[in-house]
Amino acid sequence: MAAGIGTAQGTSRTFQPMRLWLIAPSWLIIGFFLLIPVLVMLLFSFLTKEFRGGVIWEFSLAAYDQFLFDRGLFGDDPATLEWTYIRIFVRSIVQAAVATLLCLLIGFPTAFFIATRSPDSRSVWLFLVTVPYWVNLLIRTMSMKFLIRDNGPVNELLLALGVIDTPIAMINTDFAVQLGLFYSYLPFMVLPIYAAVERYDFSLSEAAADLYADRWTILFRVLLPVVRPGIIAGCILVFVPSLGAFLAPDLLGGAKNFMIGSLIEEQFKGNAGNWPFGAACAMILLTMVLGALIIYARQHRPAAGN
Amino acid sequence: MLKFLRIEPLAIVAMVVSGTASAEGKLSIYHWFEYIPQELLDKFAAEAGVEVTMDTFDSNEAMLATLKAGKLGSYDVAVPGDYMVEIMRNEGMLDSVAEGELANKGNIEAQWLDVPFDPGRMHSIPYQWGSTSFSVNRDAYSGDIRTTDIIFNPPEELRGRINMLDSQGEVMLLASMHLGIPQCTDDREQLRALDELLQAGKLHWASFNSDGAKDVLVSGDAAVGMIWNGFSAKARAEGANIEYSYPREGLIVWMDNVVLLKDAPNRANAIKFMDFLLRPENAAAVTNFAQYSAGVMGVSGLLDARLSSQPESVPPADAPAGTFVQVCDQATQEVYDAIWTRLKK
Repeated sequence: MAAGIGTAQGTSRTFQPMRLWLIAPSWLIIGFFLLIPVLVMLLFSFLTKEFRGGVIWEFSLAAYDQFLFDRGLFGDDPATLEWTYIRIFVRSIVQAAVATLLCLLIGFPTAFFIATRSPDSRSVWLFLVTVPYWVNLLIRTMSMKFLIRDNGPVNELLLALGVIDTPIAMINTDFAVQLGLFYSYLPFMVLPIYAAVERYDFSLSEAAADLYADRWTILFRVLLPVVRPGIIAGCILVFVPSLGAFLAPDLLGGAKNFMIGSLIEEQFKGNAGNWPFGAACAMILLTMVLGALIIYARQHRPAAGN
Repeated sequence: MLKFLRIEPLAIVAMVVSGTASAEGKLSIYHWFEYIPQELLDKFAAEAGVEVTMDTFDSNEAMLATLKAGKLGSYDVAVPGDYMVEIMRNEGMLDSVAEGELANKGNIEAQWLDVPFDPGRMHSIPYQWGSTSFSVNRDAYSGDIRTTDIIFNPPEELRGRINMLDSQGEVMLLASMHLGIPQCTDDREQLRALDELLQAGKLHWASFNSDGAKDVLVSGDAAVGMIWNGFSAKARAEGANIEYSYPREGLIVWMDNVVLLKDAPNRANAIKFMDFLLRPENAAAVTNFAQYSAGVMGVSGLLDARLSSQPESVPPADAPAGTFVQVCDQATQEVYDAIWTRLKK
């Protein structure tokens, strides 16, 4: 046995140079698809805008200045704090947060339900969760629109049942956007939580019950702390893409109010095209998300020291 | 069995590749979505013996951004709207068509031969033209609709039921017509008035949607929709009880054009394609499909009967003359952009 371990260590030493080559593809992918694009974005955000799209290779802080300071419609009033973009960012964060909360409220019981079925039927339930996601996101968002429009099936049903007298205005509202985001990203919440609950040892719950814990205490003081990493992973996976979404705001929200995603899109596809400002908005968003994740990781690093 | 299934698609690919390999060359088109019948592309491919590929865009600005981001040199022809031809010309993104290169240039209708956005038609040929206005659901409102008040100061029953095109140029022009101010004005009072008009108007608007402009009218989501004339005709054909308005304050006209792009990889085929589209039967095929108007002579006898009589194609005698969206200078365009962003903040 000891010889076996010795051999294994020897093997890993032999393969030390090899290891570098084996991880090289992942570094290449990260470098090529993540680092280089982010660096290009960072660079562009500090360049001078060219009228109707493109950049002039001169250093400029104009993009960040535009984000922070309001100089009136004509750009020559005294500078005051610019609320426009802050409002757009706050709106996006609120929409994404509500969508995440909805996903959590529905996703957690769903994941719990699936994880407590017999092992055979779990795969069927998981399969059912993923079925809608075989269809393109655009199509799914459009069909949501058909469901909740003024004379769509939801309103028709409620009218027929006599629950309401006039159709509920759901389309082109914030609620529609939240609903669309919720529907788009629900499996991202269900799957990580399922993975965590599946590994949960239910004898812990029994032990807690033996110690006179009631059901709520077991849920909040035993189950939730144990599966928390899954919940956090699910929340991040839903919140981050929701923050940058522009399909749901466009199709369900009526494109009346910019979200971060549509604001950025407008800088590249809009009339005058302001690429540095688009890049700056993307950088600010990226910094915010990264910052939040780092703070979270700091506060909740594995409690090995305790 | 599995093996057979795996091999078969490969065999088909091989056949297709060998089939197209014998073609003379290629033509790469960058076009609007849903704007050319597939049969017409097939017809050109067969006639010229070339392989035709097409990518589509959904706004002039999206096309400009794509070309600027490095796609210039990979397409042969594109189909920009009037003002975008001027912008692309100013940016040096267009190649010139020499005199005599287009055998069918004489087919272009006289009024579209010398246009302000491309004097002398050096880079472009007409594709289709039409107008932009708005349509009103006659079940929802029976009053006078030939006024832009319907959009900016709507009667009670239409409030909150209006869809706008998500198109800065056309919305700004309609608003300028409503106020009776020139386009691209640099007068600060007028620009402020424009800003206030849009802010006030937004309270009555349900959504901004261009590609769904027809569907919201057909489904009844919107009772008023800013829309292009051919799209409105299609909405009516699909059952919407709508009427296309010719507002007294002014009528927006536009023309899409086929342009020869700079550094076109297949320039000779691009010229062939432009010549092909100038033949009346082909221009008529596009018009029958898109329901706008061709800028080519000899088309009228080849059109579907309803096209020559439908109200979306035939303005009333007292309709105002059409106005093109103008290209603003940088200073004014930046104010326009600021107004647009404030509108959507």
